[in-house]
Parts: sequence; C-alpha cells; structure tokens
Amino acid sequence: MMAERFDVAVVGGGMVGSAIAVGCARRGARTVLLDEGDVALRAARGNFGLVWSQGKGDGMPAYAAWTRESLRHWDSFAEAMSGAAGTDIGFRRKGGLIFTLGEQEWEQRVEDVRRLHNQIGGASTPVRMLDRRELEELIPGTPLGPRVLGASLAPEDGHVNPLLLLRGMHAAFRAAGGTHRPGAPVDAVRPGFTLHRGAESIAAERVVIAAGLGTPKLAAMLGMPVPVHPVRGQNMVTERLPPMLPLPASAIRQTAEGVVQIGVSYEENLWETATTVKELARMAARAVQVLPPLRHARIVRAWGALRPMTPDRYPIYAQSQAHPGAYVAVCHSGVTLSAAHAGPLAEGILAGRLPDLVAELGPDRFHADAA
Amino acid sequence: MLTRPDPGSVTILFEGAPIRARAGESVASALLAAGILAVRTTPVSGAPRGPFCMMGACFDCLAVVDGVGGVQTCLVPVREGMRIERQHGARDVAAEDAA
Amino acid sequence: MRVDLAIIGAGPAGIAAATEARAHGLSVLVLDENPAPGGRIWQAIEARAAKDDEDRAAQEAVRAFRASGAEARFGATVWCVEPEGRVYWSEQGRARDAEATQVLIATGTTERPLPIPGWTLPGVMTVGAAQIALKTGGLVPDRDVWIAGQGPLLLLYATQALAAGGRIAGVLDLAEPSGRRRALAHLPAALRAPSYLARGVAWRLALRRAGVPWIRAAEIRAEGAARLERIRFVADGAVHTRPASLLLLHDGVIPSVQITRALGCAHVWDEAQRCWKPTTDMWGRSSHARIAIAGDGAGVGGAAVAALSGRIAALGIAAALGRLGEAARDSAAAPLLAARAKHLAVRPFLDTLFAPLPIRPEDDTILCRCEEVTAGRVREAVALGCLGANQLKSFTRAGMGPCQGRMCGPSVAAVIAAERGVPVQEVEPYRLRFPTKPLTLGELAALHEQEEALEPHTS
Repeated sequence: MMAERFDVAVVGGGMVGSAIAVGCARRGARTVLLDEGDVALRAARGNFGLVWSQGKGDGMPAYAAWTRESLRHWDSFAEAMSGAAGTDIGFRRKGGLIFTLGEQEWEQRVEDVRRLHNQIGGASTPVRMLDRRELEELIPGTPLGPRVLGASLAPEDGHVNPLLLLRGMHAAFRAAGGTHRPGAPVDAVRPGFTLHRGAESIAAERVVIAAGLGTPKLAAMLGMPVPVHPVRGQNMVTERLPPMLPLPASAIRQTAEGVVQIGVSYEENLWETATTVKELARMAARAVQVLPPLRHARIVRAWGALRPMTPDRYPIYAQSQAHPGAYVAVCHSGVTLSAAHAGPLAEGILAGRLPDLVAELGPDRFHADAA
Repeated sequence: MLTRPDPGSVTILFEGAPIRARAGESVASALLAAGILAVRTTPVSGAPRGPFCMMGACFDCLAVVDGVGGVQTCLVPVREGMRIERQHGARDVAAEDAA
Repeated sequence: MRVDLAIIGAGPAGIAAATEARAHGLSVLVLDENPAPGGRIWQAIEARAAKDDEDRAAQEAVRAFRASGAEARFGATVWCVEPEGRVYWSEQGRARDAEATQVLIATGTTERPLPIPGWTLPGVMTVGAAQIALKTGGLVPDRDVWIAGQGPLLLLYATQALAAGGRIAGVLDLAEPSGRRRALAHLPAALRAPSYLARGVAWRLALRRAGVPWIRAAEIRAEGAARLERIRFVADGAVHTRPASLLLLHDGVIPSVQITRALGCAHVWDEAQRCWKPTTDMWGRSSHARIAIAGDGAGVGGAAVAALSGRIAALGIAAALGRLGEAARDSAAAPLLAARAKHLAVRPFLDTLFAPLPIRPEDDTILCRCEEVTAGRVREAVALGCLGANQLKSFTRAGMGPCQGRMCGPSVAAVIAAERGVPVQEVEPYRLRFPTKPLTLGELAALHEQEEALEPHTS
C-alpha cells in the first residue's frame, strides 16, 4: 500500500512539536503532526507558563542568545496564536521576578546576576536587582512577606496561558492546512522517510522528532544519539483569588483567571507523574513566605509532569548527518522557545539548514569532551 | 421550597439577620430552611449559585463563615451565633489576612 | 500516629469493617468528613427515631461501631493516601497524618451528574441533596417542588418526603421505556432477593396513593433569572411549563473514585452500571498491596452489600496482618459471601431497569459547573483533536475547578465519546492527583515546617 506523503512530518504534539508544525504549515509546507493519545507524558501540561530569559544560559551563552531571539518574536507570535485560538492567549510582558528570602538568598542572587552578566553580557536580556523599597514601588499592593528582601527583575520577561498557547498552536496548525493525527505514538522511523504507527505508515521529505522523552528511541533510528532523561516537576494551583501579584515570578505566578500557580519541584529520573506531599509542602512553605495571605488560600489541584532533560539541561537541536532532512528538537523551555521554534527554527528546517544561533546546541557537545 | 414545622433552637446570622437552625444540621441546610437558595456568585461569570449536592462534592455552596471565605457550608455544622455572609466572586484572602 | 488499619468513610461499609477489624484485635482509625457516622444512607441515624427494622439494624451497627474501640474522627477530610499507607487529612483547619499498615477506602458514591439547561440555577439540587436535608434538618418539600430523572433513590426520597409530610408537585420520569422491557429478562434472578422488588412496588404505590403526578417527560429545562422560577419539558408531544420553587435531579449513583484514581489503582469499566470502578478481588483488595476498597465505591450494591463487603474486607486484612488464620478467615467469611451473593442477584435487574439516561446536551448547556464550560466548548475541543478528558481539560479548563471533575467527569466523557463515535469507556477519564480535596496552603506549609523541625539541616 502506498503511504501518504507529506513535506514535513513532526513527531510530538506538545509545546515543541506543535510550534515547529505550526511554523512549517504557515510557511506553506504540507505538514503532518503525529501526536500520542490523551495521557501522553506531556511536559506541556507541567510547565509554568513563563516566557523567561532571566538566569538562563549560565555556561552556555548560545542558549541565552537563542532565548533572546525567541523573546524578540513573541509579540507577533502571541498575536497570531490568539487569533487562531479565537481568544487572547494571555501573553503579558511586564517583567519577571525572582524573589529573594533572607540575606543569604539576596546575596546569592546579586552574585548570580553579576556572574551571568560578566559571562554572557549582551547576549542575554537585561536583569537588575530591586531592593525591598524598589520592589514595593514596582508592585504596590502586593502583600509581600517580611522575609522578602527584594528581587531580581528581567523587564523583557513575561508569561502566557500555556494551555491556551497549546490550543492556539493546534488551531493555527489546522487553519494553515496542517494534518493533525493524534491517538498513538510513532513506533519507528525509517530513512527516506517513512514513519510507522501501528498499521499506519506515513511518508515525508523531512521528519522532525520533537517527542520529548520519546525522542531518544526515534532519533537513534536515524543515527542521532540524543541523551534525554525525565525530571519530574510538581505544580499546584489555588482557588481563584483577586489580583495580588501583577508580575510573574519564578515558582509563583497569578494567572489571568486569578488562580495562583505554585511550583515547582526538580526530581531526577522518575518515570512517575504522581504528586508527593513532601514536595508540595515544601513549595507551599516558600509561597506563604513570599505572600503570607496565601496561607488562607485553598489548593484546588496539584499535578506532576515529566520534563525531558538533557545532561547539561540545555536544548538539543540537530540535523542527522547520516540522513539529511531528519531533525531533532528537544528541550524543557517549550513555552519560552515556542516563538523561535515556530519562526527561525521552522524556517531553517524547511531550508535544509538549522539557524546559526543553535549551531552550538547539537548533541555533539556531549561527545566532544574526549577530544 | 423546603420547609419544616420546627425551626430549631440555634440562631445563626446570615448577612447580619438572625435565622433559626437545628442543632446537628449543616449551615447549608439551615440556609435552605430559611428559604435562602443563593449563597455566592461565581468568580467565572458572576452567576448566582447555591447548595447543589449537600455532600461536599460540588463546591457550589461556598460562603463566608465567621470571616473565612470559600467554606463548604454543607459540611459545617451550625453553631450558636455563627456569622454567614454571601461570597461574591473570588475570595479575598488578603482582606481575610488583614482582619 | 501508627495504626494497623485506616478506614476512610464511616458509612455502612466503613463501620462494619472497623467493628470486625477491632474484633480481631487490629488498631483502627476511621476518618469521615461528616459530623457523625452513617454515611449517606444512614446519615444522622443516631439523632433520628427508628422508623422500621432497617433503621433499627443501622442504629445497632453504629452502636457496635461506637463501642468497638476504633478511633473515629469526624469532620476529618482526607486529601491524600500514599500507596505505602500514609494517610493525610484536614481536621479543624489543621493537616494531620497517620501511618497505616493497611488502608480501606469506603467512600461510597456520588450522584451521576444530570446536566440540563439551567441546572446551575439556585433552586436546582440533586435528589440526594434533598434527602440529606430531610435526614439532618427535617426539611420536607413544599409547594412547586419537582423531581426529575430516574433511579431508585428518586423513588425512595419521594416516598420518604411524603411520609414526613412533604408535598411534591410531580415526578418527571426521564427514563427511556426500553429499559423496562430489557429488565424483564433479569427478573427471575432478581427474585432471589425479593425484598428489593417489594420495596420498589411499595414506593410506586405510595406515590400513586398520594396523588403525585408521574409524567413521562423529556427535554427538561430549568429557567429563571437569579434563581429557579419554572421548568419546561416535553410530554405527550407537547411543551409544558410549570412554576417551580425547587427542582431535584437524579440519575443514579456511581462509585467515588477520586482517591483510588489518584492512587493509581487499576480501574475497570462496569458495563452493567455504566461507570468506572476500582478493580477488586473477593476480599476487596485493589491492585495496590496495602489498599482495599469496600462498599459502593467498589461497585454499587446498596447498604446491605456494603456492610457485608466491609466485614469481608476486614477479615481479609486481619488475615493479611497475621491476626487471623486463613481457615478461620474462610469460615468466618463463608456466610457473609453467601449473603452478599444473594443480595447481588437483584443487581442485573435493577441496573437494567435503572439504566442511566443518555447524555445529549445542547451546545449551550453547562457541563463543568466550576469553570462554566458548555457542551459546545467541549465539542469544539474534540474537533481540535482532543481524544480524551485530559487534553480536553487543557484546552477548555473543564474539570480544573475545586470539584476536580466530580460534577462533570461522566458527562464530559459521554460528549467526547459521542463526538468521536466511540464507546465511552474508550475515552480516557480525568487523571486525578492528590490533594483530592482542597486544603489551605498554610496547612500544607505547616507540614513542611513540622518536618524541618524534626530533621535538622545537614548542610
């Protein structure tokens, strides 16, 4: 039987795959997006909704530059996705905060900001420290706890409703003529390229493996070793509350609906998305120190998700040398980087050459140390 | 409507006005007996809501009980002198904290 | 706190299990969010005068439980059970925990949601809700109170309400007539437990004698501005409008699977009862070694079956903990198992007769009460590629509110299934996580501070 033929087949319907697929489809490529079923180990469900550059790129300036490139595209990207979703996806860019509790955290944060600035300088977005008084001026009316000595502020950061973003990307993809095939994981990819999924086979000129934790298995079939392991992140949300935190912060943000989202744990190598009281309690203890009135707020929901993590925590992008036309894209910053994935990355994939900005983000970096 | 011949011997306050309740019943039950069906408005659309399941599952009977918002009134037994207020939209935890 | 057995829920199953487990020397902790034992069916049984033999038996069961030496905590809302046996609950605004060698979940059922236009208006409640108001507050229906839906509880409540001096404007029977014909095939087996059939007949007779109109109806709507003012329905091919002060809805009950789902216990689709239930063996053991389930939460069988299942589960647990030999367990369980089988003989008949109503909501009918998500929004999300309830939740916020999908889970799954053209059991239900009931961040934070105090930093 003849397999169906596409210009691009994207494997993975999460944040990364959806963004690449929408970018390809909007550029006129005949694109198919192959997605798992309803309970995929989808990191897209576990993210925090931050569009974030602050603190990123320590030891890897290329990551900072790529993040900054994505931020540059976010306004127009958000507008397009809002249009497709038929609703405002909630992108707000008024700055992002990292609160510091106590002297030690304050000093550590000052040092981290300075070190990162010296290391990557202009490659990243600006960050500055705000003391308690400056912080209160920036967010008057936010009921900060007494141990909040200040915060670092990245004025170009923001946040988005990640669920509406994903919905918007799916809607935009369909609107651009893309073919969405949810329901089952891809079992195999053969050079050429043919993708097998149960009894179904799909042919494509180009294939992009953006399958999160499922990436290594498929990438290996195309001669690309991609080291990825799971890191569990737990999240919880409160009941809806009146506005009290106008800017998103690391591990605490209030959504447009009024829900306060509190994160986030970092638990290595667990293939398990359950929640644990121990981690939730730790996260709660910090949240009520930042905003003491939250101690009265009820938690209505908590969940865990698995992030696909690389050994150095930075993304991996590559085109297979053995099988040109086959690409991988895997990262845990799928929200922040979605504008870059739908923009320059998709453009590069269609042109047959990845953008220069991601040249240093290939998997070779994990094997080059021996040299 | 729901009625009963014996209004009970406990007095609670709803929006400042006294209503009679029976020892052992829930706040939601006492409100229904007093003909009060709507106890809150939703934070989503502002629509009025009242007790629906009476067994702690639906979270529609939320009200402010003795200054604490978002309380499931169907699970809280009445107490003499208890103050109940309607909850309007999202719960203001900052105001509760200041009180 | 450390106990041999923690029991969640003090209804017929939990009470019976606690009493039996204590008889074999187990230390037992019972947690229930209500102020007193009895669960739904025996709610406030200690405070009421017994009306019949059934009430007297229930009061005896509660008395035996109170005297058993089990530690009972009421107003205790369980929000997490860990597979290793640690149980967390909130009590008087404080989070507490206990370690149990075995956990028995006896959390019963919730009413199957019956989403109709206007069902979020104040003045629309469930039949179960009105029954609780009757039992705990002596509240009876009066003037323009309508009951709509189907199921034995609907009949039982109507009868109880009339006996207590209430008045009902009418019953709108929404069941499709085919159920009655199909049920006849199961009648011979049902005759093994004739008391259930006798009761059903008596309820219908009581309604007829009281002159309560019984109307076969469809397409019911609740209408009003700030509260229910009237109902509208189709009967005999015509649209009828009636003033209504209260509308009570019912479509049977389904197991409460919040805790067993969050625990990751295996579940199975019960085709006869059209619901999910946790997989259990004859002793009530789940797919997790330390977790057992008894009562209607493991499949709806009614109070008598629940009490028997509670005792059977306790015998199994006592044996598993080495407090009872296998032979002693088996001989003690034999009459209980036989009695349970006899009671269960009526289920195929009842399950067919009271088959749940088809869910075919109009686009503007709200399915998710918390987030106010309509059936139309759910259908749009399916058109965008949502195959199950979890992607749908992401796309629509359905199931994200404080009730955690208790009020919309079955109807959301039914709408997805209809849109996709697949059986409802092929639609992945909401994935649930602890905490399964809200608690405050302050309560949770206190658990961390408590732990910090116990384990000084090594760094």
